Amino acid sequence: MELHRHSYDAGIVGAGGAGLRAAIEVAGKCRTAVLTKLYPTRSHTGAAQGGMCAALANVEEDSWEWHAFDTVKGGDYLVDQTAAQTMCREAVDAVIELEHLGLPFNRTPEGRIDQRRFGGHTRNHGEAPVRRACFAADRTGHMILQTLYQQCVARDVQFFSEFQVLDVAFAGGAAAAGPDTPLAGVVAYELATGDLHLFECKAALFATGGFGKMFKVSSNAHTLTGDGPGLLFRRGVPMEDMEFFQFHPTGIYKLGILLSEAARGEGGILRNAEGERFMERYAPTVKDLAPRDMVSRAILTEIREGRGCGQTRDFVHLDLTHLPAEQIDAKLPDITDFVRTYLGIEPKTDRIPIQPTAHYAMGGIPTNVSAEVVLDGAGTGAPGLYAAGECACVSVHGANRLGTNSLLDIVVFGRRGGSAMADFVASADQPALPDEAAEPARALVEELRSGKGEENVADLRDELQAEMTDKASVFRTEETLTAARDTVADLRRRYPSVSVRDKGRRYNYDLTEALELGFLLDLAEALAVSALARTESRGAHFRDDHPLRDDANWMRHSLARRTADGAVVLDYKPVEEGPYLPMERKY
Amino acid sequence: MAIPVELRIKRYDPERDPVPHWETYEVEVEESDRVLDALHEVRWHQDGSLAFRRSCAHGVCGSDAMVINGENRLACVLLIRDVGRSITVEPLRGLRVLKDLVVDMEPFFEQYKAVKPWLVNADDPGDRERLQSPEERARYDDTTKCILCAACTTSCPVFWPNESYVGPAAIVNAHRFLFDSRDEGGADRLEVLDRRSGVWGCRTAFNCTDACPRGIKVTSAIEEVKRALLRGD
Repeated sequence: MELHRHSYDAGIVGAGGAGLRAAIEVAGKCRTAVLTKLYPTRSHTGAAQGGMCAALANVEEDSWEWHAFDTVKGGDYLVDQTAAQTMCREAVDAVIELEHLGLPFNRTPEGRIDQRRFGGHTRNHGEAPVRRACFAADRTGHMILQTLYQQCVARDVQFFSEFQVLDVAFAGGAAAAGPDTPLAGVVAYELATGDLHLFECKAALFATGGFGKMFKVSSNAHTLTGDGPGLLFRRGVPMEDMEFFQFHPTGIYKLGILLSEAARGEGGILRNAEGERFMERYAPTVKDLAPRDMVSRAILTEIREGRGCGQTRDFVHLDLTHLPAEQIDAKLPDITDFVRTYLGIEPKTDRIPIQPTAHYAMGGIPTNVSAEVVLDGAGTGAPGLYAAGECACVSVHGANRLGTNSLLDIVVFGRRGGSAMADFVASADQPALPDEAAEPARALVEELRSGKGEENVADLRDELQAEMTDKASVFRTEETLTAARDTVADLRRRYPSVSVRDKGRRYNYDLTEALELGFLLDLAEALAVSALARTESRGAHFRDDHPLRDDANWMRHSLARRTADGAVVLDYKPVEEGPYLPMERKY
Repeated sequence: MAIPVELRIKRYDPERDPVPHWETYEVEVEESDRVLDALHEVRWHQDGSLAFRRSCAHGVCGSDAMVINGENRLACVLLIRDVGRSITVEPLRGLRVLKDLVVDMEPFFEQYKAVKPWLVNADDPGDRERLQSPEERARYDDTTKCILCAACTTSCPVFWPNESYVGPAAIVNAHRFLFDSRDEGGADRLEVLDRRSGVWGCRTAFNCTDACPRGIKVTSAIEEVKRALLRGD
């Protein structure tokens, strides 16, 4: 493996919405390399459908403060309230800015950006659903990704496509992130050649997205394997709130492909085997537009109690048949095409079989509102390290993210991270970065490639996904989580015996899938350990054996850390409280 | 119910193969599976060296365009039940093969960049959105769907022998801005397109329209750009 060296002021790892927005922010301010294991336009931001909320009040009265309240309540009060206020206040400018950059939002008859309803977004602190989601049909994420990429092309941003980042290096060759050992560079594996590249840089912003591929039924792309948080976890960065993983209520049955909440925002209804609109029982005020955690639990409760549909009784129906055909064509064209393609049914006349699908990690790399990575509850920094988007945990989503707030998160905190990073590199010195900094990544790759073990990457990944979906998803108990933790530990023990059968250098996806599995296993362990310890139910983390929220003991964020001897230990930090006091979460 | 499917895949690894060759694999898949699932079955359980790109697996990221039974398709959008039990898979035509089904996308993205695919408008928009009526927004809706998968460009017989032809995908992305009421960059873009290497290279073969996995009316978008040039607007 040849080693190539590059020198930049800053690196951005990942080229979805957060990475591209950060790249636009630093363009012209510092020399920046954007590294992505895909091509930028392949990023999973492009799969986001329904919208991006901002209190523009274009179609009815709204305020960013109501948006902040909904975000805090939706997150079951585990949200850091200053962060949520920051995001919701800046949402208005963020949407306007995207429009100025060319984003083709749907429009009102007056020519303003149109807005629609979305789960958990309400008028005046929960009175009724409000039209807050700005959208471009049901491909809002696609349009955000395209628009940001177009603007990067206009600014001649330097991309390194199909470069998979495997490691970071710190000043003085330190093994772990710390306040006195600033970032010195990142190490990337080039898919086209199999070579290693050492990027000298004073700062790096991680924007690698989620890690939903640890679950079997998931809306996530095959490539969402948590490489960014995974590699930082190995370098001493704790993972915050890993037990909070969102299951989106409406994934296509068995496939997990997302059918946007916009389907319900436009009037779609969930029905059980009896045809009943069961959400009326669970959320009498907002019904089908309750937050995702509640709707997913309601669906699985219906199934548990025997009211699931079909012979297997393990799904429910999303019903769009009462909506005008022209509304479906204009507002929900893509998702209805998915239904036609993958299920072979016509959503204008047939009800759609759906089940909850693993969708979004609320937890991840701990950061402050400037997207600077923080290592503990005291706010100890890791100079030069930044993170934004799904891989980060600010925490604006708390225990459960509201629909549309992910697109908002990536744009707001991508910009903030880029801005903070540009300021930092303007005054920071570049630590020495010897070639030896690439050695751990080289060893990792060569051990996998030369391995002669019996284990198959795909089989191990199948076992991980089946176990996580079975034991660590919507409903959890001490028993299931203990089993999940032990299974993941066993898979981690077997992992060194995986054999990469492709011994070639070019486009060795056998090798990169093995590397990705390693990150997934590490993060799955952090998830299981964190979930087992949290003996309460809050947001997306529901414990059958501890069904109530426990504010006296658990108004705190989990921090899972890998110790030098390989164990995962937990630490906690308090939730940053604010104007909204915890109350019972009714909708 | 699992059924046996025969996959014939055109393989080429420049590290060891002097020329491309065909290999055949038998896989068990469901009729409702995607062709992508069958390719995964090969890579995961039969031959780990099979290289192909993929990510989202439901037709929105544009990674897995390839030639399947002679037609440009996304492997994640085509189901086994629609393609039969004997499937041939080849890399996209007209782009250099880097390994197996992985082709060099750089020339394709260079064509895209040549048409200046971003909104050009020097006016200060103030602190609110620019206004655009629903009718003005609808005017360019079709071409906003492009996912840059290259299925159209690599289906074009004009592009195959002629690398300088800008290709349908770049024209689609120019169209997206030429017909956006907010855009003022039309003159620059039309200058790039008013050539034999631009829209005048198009011979209206309609392959691009057939190939587009997003259902964009590519040929008619190209025609609209031609008409805009003839009108001089």
